[in-house]
Amino acid sequence: MSKLADQGSLLPANTESADVQAIEVHNLKKSYAFKPVLRNLSLTLPHGQRMALLGANGTGKTTLLRILVGLSKAGSGTVAINGWDSRYALQEIRQSIGFVAHQPYLYEELTVLENLLFFGQLYAVPRARERAMVLLERVGMARRVNERVRALSRGQVQRVAWARALLHQPSLLLLDEPETGLDQDGSVLIDTLLAEYAAHGGSILFTTHQLERALALSDQVVIINGGKVVYQHETVDLTLTDLRQTYQGIYGGKQV
Amino acid sequence: MRMTRVFCLQIWAILWKDIRYELRSKQTWLGMGMFALLVLVIFNFTFDLHPDTVAAIAPGALWVAFIFASLLGLGRTVAAEREQTSLDRLLLTPVDRKAIYLAKLLGNLLFIGVVEIVALPVFAILFNLPIWQGSTLLTLILIVILGALGIASVGTLFSVLAAATQARELLLPILVFPLVVPVVISAVRATSVVLVPSVNEPPWLSLLLAFDVIFLSASTLLFQYVIED
Repeated sequence: MSKLADQGSLLPANTESADVQAIEVHNLKKSYAFKPVLRNLSLTLPHGQRMALLGANGTGKTTLLRILVGLSKAGSGTVAINGWDSRYALQEIRQSIGFVAHQPYLYEELTVLENLLFFGQLYAVPRARERAMVLLERVGMARRVNERVRALSRGQVQRVAWARALLHQPSLLLLDEPETGLDQDGSVLIDTLLAEYAAHGGSILFTTHQLERALALSDQVVIINGGKVVYQHETVDLTLTDLRQTYQGIYGGKQV
Repeated sequence: MRMTRVFCLQIWAILWKDIRYELRSKQTWLGMGMFALLVLVIFNFTFDLHPDTVAAIAPGALWVAFIFASLLGLGRTVAAEREQTSLDRLLLTPVDRKAIYLAKLLGNLLFIGVVEIVALPVFAILFNLPIWQGSTLLTLILIVILGALGIASVGTLFSVLAAATQARELLLPILVFPLVVPVVISAVRATSVVLVPSVNEPPWLSLLLAFDVIFLSASTLLFQYVIED
């Protein structure tokens, strides 16, 4: 593989063993101000698989992602990412995760390239500048590397956020409504990146409100309601009509 | 050895980012500097200064200006991160929490230090104090740096706590003031001794240094528990 291709690869830097689950969550509980958000939630994502997390607002999807990335602590239960127990190996977990959320998690006063170089230093990415440039090319932002983030549109910021999440070649991508802020071209681009990432053995867990996208981009769908998993099914033998009916059955006909 | 190098590089990366960010946004330095100068000017107007009273009033005025200006800056540095949710982004990275603390502390120390060094000559002119003679200026700068370190070490820790609340501007002084009282007393007394040498004074500079070591050690150890959810 050429040096440039290596820099642009979405292949995780340290591909995990296929025996290790990408995500293993058991009996997870979390409350905010005595209000339970997650109730005995258990979930397993095999290595190299893509999972779509569905559910209405306030059902605990974002809370689950925040616990998985180590931004929130679980009330009780266990979380293991790529075989690492979150109670003892948070730094290893952080190194292996790429996270894209509603917020871009970028510094507005820094330029696009400065942001990526900064995060490259924090993740100790070798040849960070080359890697950043290749990724920015991939997300269509190579011509705006020297512009400050605050001068970019919402969709452009989101593209940079994607480059930031892939910078350290994570083996697991956690995406909280990844299509947020992206136009049609942006969505197509991200779908292509995700497909390539998955083809290279990366694992993906993403939340979405779009059943079509969930079905098209995942190997299995999970529906959360009341802080626990109420439905889980592989997409290979699932139709959109079935999924829509199941979803509406759980949420009482709520529009998706 | 590699761990130490990575640790230092992470501190440098965060510190350099904060400096660059501040140089572009100019939110903290300008506000702190103007505030410190205004307090010194107001003290100069409100007190009836005579040669025999100025040495008693000036150290207090100087440190009141410094501590309020410092709190203004301390509140801004982490709050700016929180407002853009970038602190979360920092926490997502596999960076040692001690590195985040030390980088933020060094940044705060730099912001406070620069403001204080600029305010010092203004203070000398307004209060007509001969700080340029002999080793007075060097000793004063040392006291200012040690005082700033004491305030910044506690302030950096609590600015993270305060930034997570709605009433951060109010909460930060309430949390920090009582804790930095030993630092402020030592700094004021040490400044006073430098301006008007007197006998039978406790070793204020050594006490200031001791408080700095205690606050810095405790804050470094506690930071990771404060910053995590």
